[in-house]
Amino acid sequence: MSEVIGERIWPTVLLLGLSTMLSTVIGLWIGIRGAWRRGSVFDRVSLGASLALYAMPEFWLGILLLIAFGVGVGSFPGLFPTGGLSSPNTELASVSGMLDVARHLFLPCLTLTLAYIAEYALVMRSSLLDELGEDYLVTARAKGLREALVLRRHAVPNALLPTTTLIFLNLGFVVSGAITIETVYSWPGLGLLSYEALRTPDYPLLQGVFLLFSAAVIIANVIADLLYAYLDPRVRTG
Amino acid sequence: MTQPVTSEPIEALPPSLPPQLSPRAIARARRRQAAARAWREYRRSLEGMIGLGILVLFVAVAIFVPLFIPSSELDVTRATGTPFSPPSAGFPLGTDESGRSVLALTLWGSRVSLLVGFLATVISVVIGSVVGIVAGHFGRWTDSVLMRVTDWFLVIPFLPLAIVLATVLGPSLANIAFVIGITSWPGTARIVRAQALAVTSRPYIERARALGAGDWHLITRHILPNVVPLIFANTVLIVAVAILSETTLAFLGLGDPLRVSWGSMLDSAFTQGAASIGAWWYLVPPGVAILLVVLAFTMVGQALEAVLNPRLRGR
Amino acid sequence: MAVLEVRDLTVSYPTRAGSVPAVRGVDLTLDAGETLGLAGESGCGKSTMAAAVLRLLPPGTRTGGSVLLEGEDVLAMRPGRLRAVRWTEAAIVFQGAMHALNPVRRVGDQIAEAIQLHGKVGDKQAATRVGELLEQVGLPARRAASYPHELSGGQRQRVMIAMALACTPRLLIADEPTTALDVMVQAQVLALLEELGRELGLALLLITHDLSVLAATCERIAVMYAGRIVEEGPADKVFEAPAHPYTRALAEAFPTIGDRASRRNPHGLGGDPPDPRDLPGGCDFHPRCPVSIAACPTLELQLWPAGPGPSGRRAACVHVRDGRPELVREAPVVPVGEDAPAHRG
Repeated sequence: MSEVIGERIWPTVLLLGLSTMLSTVIGLWIGIRGAWRRGSVFDRVSLGASLALYAMPEFWLGILLLIAFGVGVGSFPGLFPTGGLSSPNTELASVSGMLDVARHLFLPCLTLTLAYIAEYALVMRSSLLDELGEDYLVTARAKGLREALVLRRHAVPNALLPTTTLIFLNLGFVVSGAITIETVYSWPGLGLLSYEALRTPDYPLLQGVFLLFSAAVIIANVIADLLYAYLDPRVRTG
Repeated sequence: MTQPVTSEPIEALPPSLPPQLSPRAIARARRRQAAARAWREYRRSLEGMIGLGILVLFVAVAIFVPLFIPSSELDVTRATGTPFSPPSAGFPLGTDESGRSVLALTLWGSRVSLLVGFLATVISVVIGSVVGIVAGHFGRWTDSVLMRVTDWFLVIPFLPLAIVLATVLGPSLANIAFVIGITSWPGTARIVRAQALAVTSRPYIERARALGAGDWHLITRHILPNVVPLIFANTVLIVAVAILSETTLAFLGLGDPLRVSWGSMLDSAFTQGAASIGAWWYLVPPGVAILLVVLAFTMVGQALEAVLNPRLRGR
Repeated sequence: MAVLEVRDLTVSYPTRAGSVPAVRGVDLTLDAGETLGLAGESGCGKSTMAAAVLRLLPPGTRTGGSVLLEGEDVLAMRPGRLRAVRWTEAAIVFQGAMHALNPVRRVGDQIAEAIQLHGKVGDKQAATRVGELLEQVGLPARRAASYPHELSGGQRQRVMIAMALACTPRLLIADEPTTALDVMVQAQVLALLEELGRELGLALLLITHDLSVLAATCERIAVMYAGRIVEEGPADKVFEAPAHPYTRALAEAFPTIGDRASRRNPHGLGGDPPDPRDLPGGCDFHPRCPVSIAACPTLELQLWPAGPGPSGRRAACVHVRDGRPELVREAPVVPVGEDAPAHRG
């Protein structure tokens, strides 16, 4: 069983890693910009879009994107493969092989990135809005700092603290996304493995994957606690 | 350095009540007034009203659908349409893989999705509130133990746990609701505990105890009224998550195979190859329905939170 | 040239119900080395005034009049010039220094930020300067490495003062510097401010609701009510023989230590300061005034000279205008909890 699990790890890591990185960077940026320019067109549009993306099942978005860009709608041809990791008979280690994997990775990664962006943007926006009401920002402005620096040096770093906590708390969300999206795109990772174990049904395999996921999330949370203690001096001295 | 208060003027105190009213009646009258005030404040939120409107619409449809679409439309053996046909006059939203009307399926599916969502939420909120109140009120090692348990549940990822539990318990509506409820109570527990802690440490609780109040009295008469509005706002947001969870579990095939829900529709659509055929009419309606309902609950929940916590107003 | 000259300053906040005036025509002058105290209850506009000097008001606020800092109007400055002027010409020490300092950065870094913002100062130099500043306010230099939550209230206030002095401003505004501090610590902070003012030739604007604090530390006092100045003059005279009924009430509100009778019979003012959205008209104090007359609700207020000679005493009370200060001096003092007597005469 461990080989079966073993060979499925790297596709999941690749997919989750890439989507999480992209969505964190973009999502946090959107959240910051939205909070800073609260009420602006950018804020309202991004807030609306984030809420809508958050409210829809991520696999539904995945299926729709699959139809739109994979299968093709009407006379519009599909641009991307409809599933799997790579086309048959491709040498994965070669450049063309890697490009092929990238083509297959595009849609699932796009789906997950969009789903996670919504979460991160909403959380960051909320945290920053809370922070913008604090007194020490007035002190910073009084010292002569221009707005952009007040934001970057004081407000945002402080707002990142509760944001980090909330994001790590929602790691389960990331894992659910992996399972459903890999199923939609037949991406051969741990998520698809869970789905197959579920349908067979293969209980030992299912439990094994469950343990692995849980362990990963628990470790991530421990890291989060340590990280938070490093970032927030108030926690360190108790 | 503080700005002058810019919120609305404080409401005039209630006109003096006749002295014959018992303290309980006075408390009730005050509570009614507070509720009326809260409703007025809520009405000011455009998104809150839109969300509420959408919810009322969906609930009304779910309740009254048997009146205008007979349940026979869901019967596979009596399906009249051609499988996977696009929207037409006879089938406004097209047909599924068995020739049933997608419109009928979507409308009937709302009953299951909403029901499971509500049921799961009730379970989750009840467990979470009890845990939160007990932990916050009794404190010390009861608190530590309960918080350890809560933290554990919080950390374990939802879907893998739900899958394992659902496969063990078997596919049925009640089981799914139970599974979702069991896995989502920690969120409520934390919020309730924080509030219970805050209330328990207030001076008047100490005085009430000195007067001989027991824990049950303190909990029901003091903590609960302070906690209920918070729970209410939180509940609304939990329903949204519960519905999404049901959808996901049904999509993975863990729902009740005999009942149609939005999630099961997506499951059938996907496994029957609607995606490769390009049968978008089968996939779009259930998804849009979920999107609207979850959005509506979220909007209502946020509006409620703004009413309860004035600091959040104007977001 | 005066360090600070405020001319007919008006500040109003926008609200859903329209514009709310917080400051309604205030004139002030402060020269180098002078200490001016600004007193009044919460909500009278004194903190708004303080914020206005450095244009730190929330966006959407409307201002009128002018605030001349070393001759330049702060309200008309371009943003770049304003940022350069902030902290180098005038600095503010806020109240509640717990929230006025960034909780996750060391206090030394926060002081150094001010220094390095306004000049090409290297890190080592800045650190040395930070040490000097801390010692000037009576804190050991090694405290620069502390976080705000590791310091006591009094220590944080000293840090705020040290930070305010970082760019050698000519004007120091202290907004409620002693509120929320213990009495002993209050005295220390006040003594520190006084000493620094003398040593460095600073103009000091001390804002508080505690009149007794001002009486001890300042040369001149101005009293604000409902966005306007109602009395000003030399501190000792204003405190001992107030010309305005409100000043008198403020002065009486503090019990005399050691005098049992005053403790058991607290004097003060019934009622609340007026809601800026719903001002009484005329003299805004008249609903709470023990010596108001029929003319008060419709009076055109201005600061009339009070007291003999060019003492610089002025008060905005009809009795001062009419030359009858004894009416204010001998007005009945109302025990707390009772309403002011009805209008007389």
